[in-house]
Amino acid sequence: MHKYPSLDLDAASGDAQITALRDLANAVRRHSLGMVHGAGAGHPGGDLSAADILTALYFGVLRIDPARPGDPLRDRFILSKGHCSASLYATLAMAGFFPVDELASFMQPRSRLSGHPHRAGLPGIEASTGPLGHGLPIAAGAALAAKIDGAAWRTYVLTGDGELQEGSNWEAMMAAAHYQLDNLTLIVDRNGIQQGDRTERILKLEPLADKIRAFGWRVREVDGHDFTQLLEAFRATPFEAGSPSCIIAHTTKGKGVSFIEDRAEWHHHVPTSAELEAALAELGGTAQ
Amino acid sequence: MSALFDCRDAFSRTLEELADQDERIVAVVNDAVGSTKLGRFAARFPTRFINVGIAEQNMVGIAAGLANGGKIPFVCGASCFLTGRALEQVKVDLAYSRSNVKLCGMSSGLAYGQLGATHHSIEDLAWTRAIADLTVVVPSDPSETAEAVRVAAASAGPVFLRLSRLPVPELHEGRAPFRLGCAEVLRKGTDLTLIANGTMVSRALEAASLLAAEGVSARVINLATLTPLDRDAITAAARETGAIVTVEEHAVHGGLGGAVAETVAVTCPVPMRMVGVAGFAPAGPVEYLFEHFGLTAQNIRKAALELMEARVRS
Repeated sequence: MHKYPSLDLDAASGDAQITALRDLANAVRRHSLGMVHGAGAGHPGGDLSAADILTALYFGVLRIDPARPGDPLRDRFILSKGHCSASLYATLAMAGFFPVDELASFMQPRSRLSGHPHRAGLPGIEASTGPLGHGLPIAAGAALAAKIDGAAWRTYVLTGDGELQEGSNWEAMMAAAHYQLDNLTLIVDRNGIQQGDRTERILKLEPLADKIRAFGWRVREVDGHDFTQLLEAFRATPFEAGSPSCIIAHTTKGKGVSFIEDRAEWHHHVPTSAELEAALAELGGTAQ
Repeated sequence: MSALFDCRDAFSRTLEELADQDERIVAVVNDAVGSTKLGRFAARFPTRFINVGIAEQNMVGIAAGLANGGKIPFVCGASCFLTGRALEQVKVDLAYSRSNVKLCGMSSGLAYGQLGATHHSIEDLAWTRAIADLTVVVPSDPSETAEAVRVAAASAGPVFLRLSRLPVPELHEGRAPFRLGCAEVLRKGTDLTLIANGTMVSRALEAASLLAAEGVSARVINLATLTPLDRDAITAAARETGAIVTVEEHAVHGGLGGAVAETVAVTCPVPMRMVGVAGFAPAGPVEYLFEHFGLTAQNIRKAALELMEARVRS
């Protein structure tokens, strides 16, 4: 069984911490591409754009204990862009929720690692997602439960950007502001590309930050591949007491592999063996 | 004529009793405070009464999140919007995720009468019955409603309670009110079986009385639970009486009649008639619509006699 060092990020300082996180994120990327290649299906572009956000959360932000995935006082993280399951599974395995070796079973018969996350099937999965626009309402409900109890745990949800075309997100944004859910943080993986083309050509989202602010949220925009900016933003939440927080993380779809970056066709393209080898070389190692 | 009751009163009274005993219980509504009869719940438990506005997809998603956070949400709204508008959330966020959420579809069937077919909820059982791991219950009277609410609260996992606002008599005086997954024989009979649920149970009993006067012995089964289905009781009725009439305030496709037909087609095929709602309703008050679609004791009697005659001929 492969093991990853458990990071004491509070103790790790500055550059060493950032280097450790970057190495972990590239391991998430390598696992993800290997999993998609092995399964013959998946969404590598989005896996790679989200890898740094997931790594920052699981190794720097979330108060979770993989040995106690049902702890009622744990922080909740919901991956609303459930099609990027490979990167979530890789992150969860590396964080210790299940063996890293199990990643090889991705999408195989009777695997716990189904194409999209299944809450009832795998420890660490807080919500079944895949159909878009489901994560933010669920996250708002979880945050509301903590508010009712006066509990300190926090809820985080990562959506895609194209996903914000689903109206249910905006219903949830209204509710989160109305109920003053300052224990809720939305991260938008703003890679600018959805399945068919650039978001601004399919159905434009801009001015996105202004729209979310107008719904009663406090918004910060960061470079979603810069761990210093990501961690600073997470640690600054809630940006204002009584308001939900949104981090628009500007990312590059396919980040980390030159021939995948910023190309819509890699939304669900499966790398060939040669492409996988070249990608792994760029990411500094082998899949495992 | 016996006294008639609005089952929503039993529903809201029971939910308050449960909320008194268990602080995990919360109510989630889509601005439908009056029509769900939860005004007193809201006044008594203000922090546990969550009004999400007119937004059903968000309502069901929020309930899934509340359940993730340890709450037992009762999601209450007009059945037509709750099921139709949020069906994907019901499937994915609740059933597939095994979330501990109770859906309460109010004013189901044709109850909204004059408001028209947009507001009728005659597809909700077909939709919810098709979803795996979702319990589906249709109570017939106040005491069955109250017990179904208690059972839903006590059982882990998602439940759909299909409730009505139409007045019905109390049918369970001196009887065990409700057992999840168990069909209830309300009247013994040997010539054929009438199977109904919800608002149609009292009408089926009335039809059985009419038939008895004409020498036909009709068994009457209250099939309050559609999922999980009591296949044994349905099969026994087919085997022992040889013919079945189903009666429901729901489309004739995919609801109670569909569930019974799917069962006997495999276990013990017998002649059937299905009394229910065929197509979108025309304009008119609910009493007119019940006549129009034949949701009456007289029409149930007629369907039963036709079925008896067809058996004699064949």
